[in-house]
Amino acid sequence: MTGKRTHTVNPENIKKEILAKYPAKVARKRAKQITPVTEDSGDGLQVGANVRTVPGIITQRGCCYAGCKGVILGPTRDIVNLTHGPIGCGFYSWLTRRNQTRTASDQEDNFMTYCFSTDMQDEDIVFGGEKKLKAAIQEAYDLFKPKAISIFSTCPVGLIGDDVHAVAREMQEKLGISIFGFSCEGYRGVSQSAGHHIANNQIFKHVVGLDDSVMDAKFKINLLGEYNIGGDGFIIEELLNKCGIDVVSTFSGNSTFDQFANCHTADLNTVMCHRSINYVADMLEEKYGIPWIKINFIGAKATAKSLRKIAAYFEDQALIDRVEAVIAEEMAPVEARREEIKKRCQGKTAMLFVGGSRAHHYQELFREIGMTVISAGYEFAHRDDYEGRHVIPDIKVDADSRNIEELEIQKDEKRYAPRKTPEQLKALEESGVPFKAYDGMMPEMTKGSLVVDDISQFESQTLIQMYKPDIFCAGIKEKYAVQKHGIPMKQLHSYDVGGPYAVFTGAINFYEEIDRMLNANIWQYLEAPWQAAPELSATYAWE
Amino acid sequence: MLLRHTPKEITERKSLTINPVKTCQPIGAMYAALGIHGCMPHSHGSQGCCAYHRSTLTRHYREPIMAATSSFTEGASVFGGQANLVQAIDNIFTTYDPDLIAVHTTCLSETIGDDVNQIVDKAHKDGKVPAGKYVIHCSTPSYVGSHVTGFSNMVKAMAVQFAQKTGKTNGKFNIVPGYVEPSDMTEIKDMVKTLGIDPILFPDTSGILNGPLTGKYAMYPKGGVSVKELKSTGDSLGSIGLGTLASADAVRALDTQFKVPCQVLDLPIGLLATDRFINTLRTAAGVCVPDAITQDRGRLLDVISDMQSYLYGKKVALAGDPDQLIPLTEFLVTIGMKPVHIVTGTPGKAFTARIKEITARFGDDINVKGPGDMFTLHQWIKNEPVDLLIANTYGKYIARDEDIPYVRFGFPILDRVGHAYFPTVGYRGGIRLLEKILGVLMDRQDRDALEESFELVM
Repeated sequence: MTGKRTHTVNPENIKKEILAKYPAKVARKRAKQITPVTEDSGDGLQVGANVRTVPGIITQRGCCYAGCKGVILGPTRDIVNLTHGPIGCGFYSWLTRRNQTRTASDQEDNFMTYCFSTDMQDEDIVFGGEKKLKAAIQEAYDLFKPKAISIFSTCPVGLIGDDVHAVAREMQEKLGISIFGFSCEGYRGVSQSAGHHIANNQIFKHVVGLDDSVMDAKFKINLLGEYNIGGDGFIIEELLNKCGIDVVSTFSGNSTFDQFANCHTADLNTVMCHRSINYVADMLEEKYGIPWIKINFIGAKATAKSLRKIAAYFEDQALIDRVEAVIAEEMAPVEARREEIKKRCQGKTAMLFVGGSRAHHYQELFREIGMTVISAGYEFAHRDDYEGRHVIPDIKVDADSRNIEELEIQKDEKRYAPRKTPEQLKALEESGVPFKAYDGMMPEMTKGSLVVDDISQFESQTLIQMYKPDIFCAGIKEKYAVQKHGIPMKQLHSYDVGGPYAVFTGAINFYEEIDRMLNANIWQYLEAPWQAAPELSATYAWE
Repeated sequence: MLLRHTPKEITERKSLTINPVKTCQPIGAMYAALGIHGCMPHSHGSQGCCAYHRSTLTRHYREPIMAATSSFTEGASVFGGQANLVQAIDNIFTTYDPDLIAVHTTCLSETIGDDVNQIVDKAHKDGKVPAGKYVIHCSTPSYVGSHVTGFSNMVKAMAVQFAQKTGKTNGKFNIVPGYVEPSDMTEIKDMVKTLGIDPILFPDTSGILNGPLTGKYAMYPKGGVSVKELKSTGDSLGSIGLGTLASADAVRALDTQFKVPCQVLDLPIGLLATDRFINTLRTAAGVCVPDAITQDRGRLLDVISDMQSYLYGKKVALAGDPDQLIPLTEFLVTIGMKPVHIVTGTPGKAFTARIKEITARFGDDINVKGPGDMFTLHQWIKNEPVDLLIANTYGKYIARDEDIPYVRFGFPILDRVGHAYFPTVGYRGGIRLLEKILGVLMDRQDRDALEESFELVM
């Protein structure tokens, strides 16, 4: 992109410019989701979120099915994930999310490379698809003998009234394996977020608690809301193990059915992506007495802080010491590499429009190399992800949220065991380990920045033209439109082909990636010589 | 093994599709609509459809793919999508200012029975379509046919909803290039123009889905068939549709409604199909074939004859779309190879009949299935191994597990570049296909050669 780069643009003017383009009704709606930060911090500002996308306004968002099948269950390798619907939904969610998985041997089940679909035809739409669904489950069972089969409903399934849950019950009885369905039709909710919720609820209902065996380990945690994109989950677990902490279950990166079944035996839940999983953490606490803390393994400092919180929770001096030793060892190479790269990135600007947590978490990494985040927003988050959990009681439940099931959770009479006494929890909170706490993105947004929820194509283009950021982060659909402007674009859903970016080694990968992208030669050559100087001033050599 | 659960033993499946070789109609409609200049494709359904199609096309082309959606929620699914679509039309014209919007439906809007024609009428009556702008639409239920059907439906819509008959010929030929790459569309245009024929090629994604990096983003890049050209298709001398499934409906509709005579040919992939294409054009337009084209043909023949020994008798497995697989199988037979397993996900009886006819010389030991899936193809390969696999990107899992030389061909290709820039149609495209096939076969020979028989000159 040619022209001076700046971030001294008044965000209120940008908001006005954006809204001026829209029809009045759309402008009123979008105004609530665009929040200029005019004070030193965005703390206390409101951001409208988790509301419908306006038809015709090009959105980043996908659907409920994508959130359920693609995001949450996609990374679970030993469940046969069967899409009930026409072929497209299963096809598009087949291997496209870069969730990595690792089995110990070829003998273990791994169905992630397969796409299973009932491929509904018009006669199934007219006469109902339950018969075909049952037959497909039988065929999948006969071929693979999996331990579990799950069924994902696509739009027409709900409309024609196929009862996937009844089919699941019947086939579970017949085959003697776990079979459960998801009512995750694409039209439910307003974004993928609805699908996350539906997926997690069903896993909680049908799988969690099936296996009470306790892992032989001293410090056992669950990692919630980590999807192992580009191998993040692998290096997080390696780091935790190095500290002497064991992971019972990850929701849902590199996961298996058995891990979910056993997750209630952990002693602490750590929440990475607040948006997609905080309600599971709440339910695990209510039912089994496992407290949860918010952690963030994106960014070296955030990683150190998160490790310290976990160690403090277990109140074990040996663990605390070991964590400190690991941090010291891991931090040294990170700092060395960071200082070198910072020289080339200092003062540059970034924009992040992605996910329900990454637009917040990745700000850490950019700040570590001296960069400023001038605009950010989530694709499918809720207000609490922007403003902090204290706003949850104020969030109005609208028609779209109301039809996403909220599970009624009771204490499990036999297995509820509070891991800490109320006094211990209070003491820990006072010493700096807050439970069930997340302050959201807003406190970290600085003066002059602009927060945009569910950003549209037109809005991102306007931001690019007015702020001229040095790098823009979003997803695959935005990638090449941004790069046509001559601005490097980093995918923060799939990481392009990069990663892992979590913990300390991942931080180095990310610094190097941003260094490469900002300082790559290619952006200097956008103009041909004859475009840079179109007039013919020289004489012809052969004259 | 990444496909460790695929057994060699084949059992019949009636209800479960595993590893499809097709996707749904709307993505084909979206791709076709992108081949009109100044067009905003619009998906009348829930957001996810549009997001999935845009993502897949973006990964395949590494280019911006812009399209809008009606963003159905549960309410719209119950009460109908009229309000959403009318609002979308208004918002798209106001915010993104396209010349036209091309609406396609989804399984959602089809199942609830939205009448898009009536909704578009309402948008006109409500003044949501500015003067000089257009909305075209087609029905693309995902539970019928495949992405190829959706492409065909949109191509037909762009022809019949724009075409006019003024009674005065425009002296041109309508060419419907089929569901091929932008590079192929350029190559087809070049061949037609080299013959001295003036084409209206539609759709035409060249320039749009293989655009340059300039530092300036254009929502509607240079390229694409113009609305003016589409209107003029009713005045053309004739129409040629390439690929029965993707192109026949459009050219036949122009024939029926506007009396523009049509012919439907195979896609010009390989020697013989390109021969038929050139010969048909020559006859229809009454032109002489210039030497440049005959020279290209000769060059393709030359490469085939030079490299016969690497090709002859080699067994090939193929997965893809019928319009491509028919001439591709024919080409493989022409160059001496033996296609033994051929599968498409797109339904249609004519496919298996054509393939059997093309491979008749091999007797009955050819596996062909449509609709089938890649799971079956993999099982066939386990039972009768092959020397080469030709498939889209998903073929890489079979190629790795079975250690088979593999050429990426078809849609989607998510892990390599080239398809948007280098054609596989025409004689020159034939040379590229040969280069790719020979490349992987000869790399394999090099890899497996004993030290003493590792050849410098091959």
